[in-house]
Amino acid sequence: MNFHDRHLLRLRVNGEDHSLSDLDPRVTLLDLLRERLHLTGTKKGCNFGECGACTVHLDERRVNACMILAVSCEGREVTTIEGLANGDALHPVQQAFIDHDGFQCGFCTPGQVMSAAALIEEGHTGSDAEIREWMSGNLCRCSAYPQIVEAVRSAAGRASQ
Amino acid sequence: MTPFVYARADSLGETIAAGAAPDSAFLAGGTELLNWLRLGIAEPTRIIDISRLDGLDQVEALPGGGLTIGALTHLNDVAQHALVMRDYPVLSQAILNAASPQLRNLATIGGNLLQKTRCAYFRAEEQLPCNKRQLGSGCSALHGINDNHAIFGWTEDCVATQPSDPAVALAALDAVIVTAHRSGGRRIPAAEFHLLPDTRPEADNVLQQGELITAIELPAPAPRSAYLKVRERESYEYAIVSAAAVLEMDGQTIRRAALALGSVALRPWRLSAAEEQLAGAEIGDREALSTAIEQSFAEARPLSQNAYKIELAKTAALRAIERAARMPS
Repeated sequence: MNFHDRHLLRLRVNGEDHSLSDLDPRVTLLDLLRERLHLTGTKKGCNFGECGACTVHLDERRVNACMILAVSCEGREVTTIEGLANGDALHPVQQAFIDHDGFQCGFCTPGQVMSAAALIEEGHTGSDAEIREWMSGNLCRCSAYPQIVEAVRSAAGRASQ
Repeated sequence: MTPFVYARADSLGETIAAGAAPDSAFLAGGTELLNWLRLGIAEPTRIIDISRLDGLDQVEALPGGGLTIGALTHLNDVAQHALVMRDYPVLSQAILNAASPQLRNLATIGGNLLQKTRCAYFRAEEQLPCNKRQLGSGCSALHGINDNHAIFGWTEDCVATQPSDPAVALAALDAVIVTAHRSGGRRIPAAEFHLLPDTRPEADNVLQQGELITAIELPAPAPRSAYLKVRERESYEYAIVSAAAVLEMDGQTIRRAALALGSVALRPWRLSAAEEQLAGAEIGDREALSTAIEQSFAEARPLSQNAYKIELAKTAALRAIERAARMPS
């Protein structure tokens, strides 16, 4: 097994291929996105996997970017909040957060939106209780939870209860 | 984080060969290891990324009945697997009550069992007396903030609890943890995997350096099983107390019961005395059920701030039994 203290990392972020050299294996995916790729939409909240502000999609599954060593993402595909919209057309979840006022300070919003977009794909939107349970990995210290649930429900195409 | 070198493992053979070297650590989901690295709880010099090892992320029926779950199967995939949901609801429920959806997409069933206590003194960013952090430094929780600490099996060296939810379900199911090691693998009963602080308070489980969990084996299906988790908020929180119940029933009569409590000791706590007395009890006879549960609490010992957990644990056990009985068989 070949151990190294510096690595070459190839990965695709928001549809664009990147080749990053001289990568320290201690760098997390979160820090790589923010510091090396300058994609600062993904937020660094707790940096301990407790708040969900850093939620991104890794091979189409939602994950906490702060809990992943970037070097382990070789050959994988990452989508961040910057890559969610289709050009100028917002993702339905982004539009729903605007329509339902799903944020106050906005710091948790990129993570909330990424989590909600995945949750709708997963099909966990059967009821408000199910939405709350499956959105519980994203904390909002402004406590905009009722509006966030409304936004997710609306983006999932469900009528209000 | 202290510096380390990193390599990705391609085969199980090279993994267990490399893992035997001191100061090596395996990286699977990473949701515990990265926090240990940040807090200085672990300072490995070599990280072996096992996340892409082939064949360790499958859930398969065993020929003689039962199920084998590859150690690298992500928690969400175990919990939402059709066979797990149908035959082992206690495990599915325990997993879905653990962590958050995002973390469960990263974390693996094997790695989950290796998590360390959530005791705030152990996880402190500035090091405080803690025998698990530094053997011989003492236990800050013994006479400190211990409202969510152990009521069973603690010593003056350590009063912490093991926080894993799946481990509690696996203990009640009599699951087997299968390992690989350079000197040969083992089959470890789930209830004996974690260590109490009476021998080596610094150790969490029976694994040796370089020993890798490869699978979890579940015995015959346990459709009448359930998990109950009591916590300070409804989701995404560690338990104050949890309870796993696995029942076999003849009509309304309990033929066999297996019970395990979580977050009450440094290992999932089987209620053997209660189990014995529950055999033959009627599910509708709450008094008989409570009397049986009471048998296992003779050895409970509260700390200065957590006597309430004894009552809570008894009630959780009772409710878990009743919930298991309502599951379709």
